[in-house]
Amino acid sequence: MTTPAIEKASCQLDQYVPLLGAAEIDELRTLAKPLEGSTVEMVNSTAVGGGVAEILTRILPLMRELGLDARWQVMEGGPEFFEVTKAFHNALHGSAYQVRPRDFEIFLDYNQRNRQRLALDARFVVIHDPQPAAFIDSRNASAEQTWIWRCHIDLSRPDPAVWNFLEPYVARYDGAIFSSPEFSRQLPIPQYLFYPSIDPLSDKNRDLDPDFIEDVLAGFGIDPRRRIITQISRFDRLKDPIGVLRAYRIVKRYFDCQLVLAGGGASDDPEGSEVLAEVVEAAGKDPDVHILELPPAAPLEVNALQRASTIVVQKSLREGFGLTVAEALWKKKPVVASAVGGIPTQVIHKHTGMLAHSVEGTAYQIRFLLSHPEIAQRLGEQGYEHVRENFLITGNVKRYLTLFLHSAACNA
Amino acid sequence: MSVSAQPFQFATAAYLTRVENQRATTVTELLECLKSASDGAIFYHTFQTLGRHHFLTEGFSNDFAQWTLAALNQPELAERLGSVDIRDYLSIAELRTDLCRMVGEFCEDHSREAQNSAFEPFYFCQTVEVVQPLPWDARTLAGFRAGLERLSHASFYYHFIASRLRLQLRTNDFSNWFQTALGLPQLAATADRIDIYTNTLDTARRELVELVDKEIG
Repeated sequence: MTTPAIEKASCQLDQYVPLLGAAEIDELRTLAKPLEGSTVEMVNSTAVGGGVAEILTRILPLMRELGLDARWQVMEGGPEFFEVTKAFHNALHGSAYQVRPRDFEIFLDYNQRNRQRLALDARFVVIHDPQPAAFIDSRNASAEQTWIWRCHIDLSRPDPAVWNFLEPYVARYDGAIFSSPEFSRQLPIPQYLFYPSIDPLSDKNRDLDPDFIEDVLAGFGIDPRRRIITQISRFDRLKDPIGVLRAYRIVKRYFDCQLVLAGGGASDDPEGSEVLAEVVEAAGKDPDVHILELPPAAPLEVNALQRASTIVVQKSLREGFGLTVAEALWKKKPVVASAVGGIPTQVIHKHTGMLAHSVEGTAYQIRFLLSHPEIAQRLGEQGYEHVRENFLITGNVKRYLTLFLHSAACNA
Repeated sequence: MSVSAQPFQFATAAYLTRVENQRATTVTELLECLKSASDGAIFYHTFQTLGRHHFLTEGFSNDFAQWTLAALNQPELAERLGSVDIRDYLSIAELRTDLCRMVGEFCEDHSREAQNSAFEPFYFCQTVEVVQPLPWDARTLAGFRAGLERLSHASFYYHFIASRLRLQLRTNDFSNWFQTALGLPQLAATADRIDIYTNTLDTARRELVELVDKEIG
């Protein structure tokens, strides 16, 4: 078990005031007051790469500034553990999976080993995703604690074998948090809806100098004067990069454009390089297709690519929430995305973006927005407001504070 | 300027969404769920919609209307459900009765369409509310105006929209205070007429500030 180096609290609450207004920040302080000194422990399975690590990196310093004693622990696992949890991840998302009894043993063994190193004695313990779900075995029944399972993935059609294995653990928590109502399950515990969030002050989302954006494009050989269609996401089959490529080819018949497929890796995703190779092969020699393998931490490059885009696409087949959508909306970009997982929560069709259900639909919506730039602009502006209200990190902190206050009141 | 003996205590409210185990995939199922849903769920899908999508001034008068249109393509029922104005109700029970009546009439008149499966289910949710007093109050209209400008969206929503149910009155916290504490029934009435369906929370607040300014002179 390791404690990741959390970004220095360079972004203090007052820095959000110009974006959100003083009232929203004062409100956080008011809510946090009764929780001052309370211990909070967040546990997940990766310190870098992926949306969860990114959220925790930013949320912990804000909780501390508000007076909570918040810690973050990352569980350790060998390749065999991460292969099993990746398979679990895909199976919980609905992919076919032949479970081996040994997989469950590996899963429980690593949970047990990690638990032995941890006190897990905080007033509020938040366990993220399935990997450490069995940590609930460490719960001290006599202590005044609240244990919450925060599920970031789409559980609407889980593989029954994997879910039946996990459910007895989940059912012992005090509550579960999901990113969308459709991800929730029939459980005997309260289930809450928390949207994941982005940090508007992080390198991935803050304003950039136009010269810097041009430099990034030049570095990747992208022409800033021509239309750019972009999908930012890990090279993962569930993100359907091949589908994006097919949609681009349809659009290309009508509009001159370039396609950017850019993604980083996560330390708990062993499948990435395989998928990347498939995408490179499918792209062939088209000079307008830019496949960019970014390092796990390339926030400024991602930011620049999103800001330079004419349209941002997120054509996932399954999705937890899809934070890249919120990132694009925050930059007032028109978004065309699949109606899966948490995406429809962010993209309200025809209000804050366009939803699609197929390669052809994705291509059509891109063509429509390229033909109607005024509509694209309106969607981008409304999308920005939607993110400002619902998907920023300050809102996430507020939900946690509210949950902790509610739990404390229920216990009392 | 009159000074009230009874100050207006500003508060903030934070809301958690709790996902219920009820879901509907047809109009018929929606009717059954409406009959048995918790009061919190009816509140969430009618009152809370105004808070969650407050930056949009079209298309989201309540979740039931939105789902009926977007997921079931039943514009007639959607328009009827969308016409519900929460200011007309003194209790969730009354609101539930009207919603059930509208949906029930549709089921009777369009029995086949009422069985059509929706593109996506309707998930019933409810609200968990946590209220904290803010460290300021007001005893005069000028003080009230200053406090109003300092409110977050959630606080404004709490006092101006959610309060109707808490008070079980055809009014809101602000109008109630104008009338009972300051003796300004005209201001109370005009403030209560601000259209919460065609305004965003920001523009509704701006209208209220203008009314207060006019009263202060």
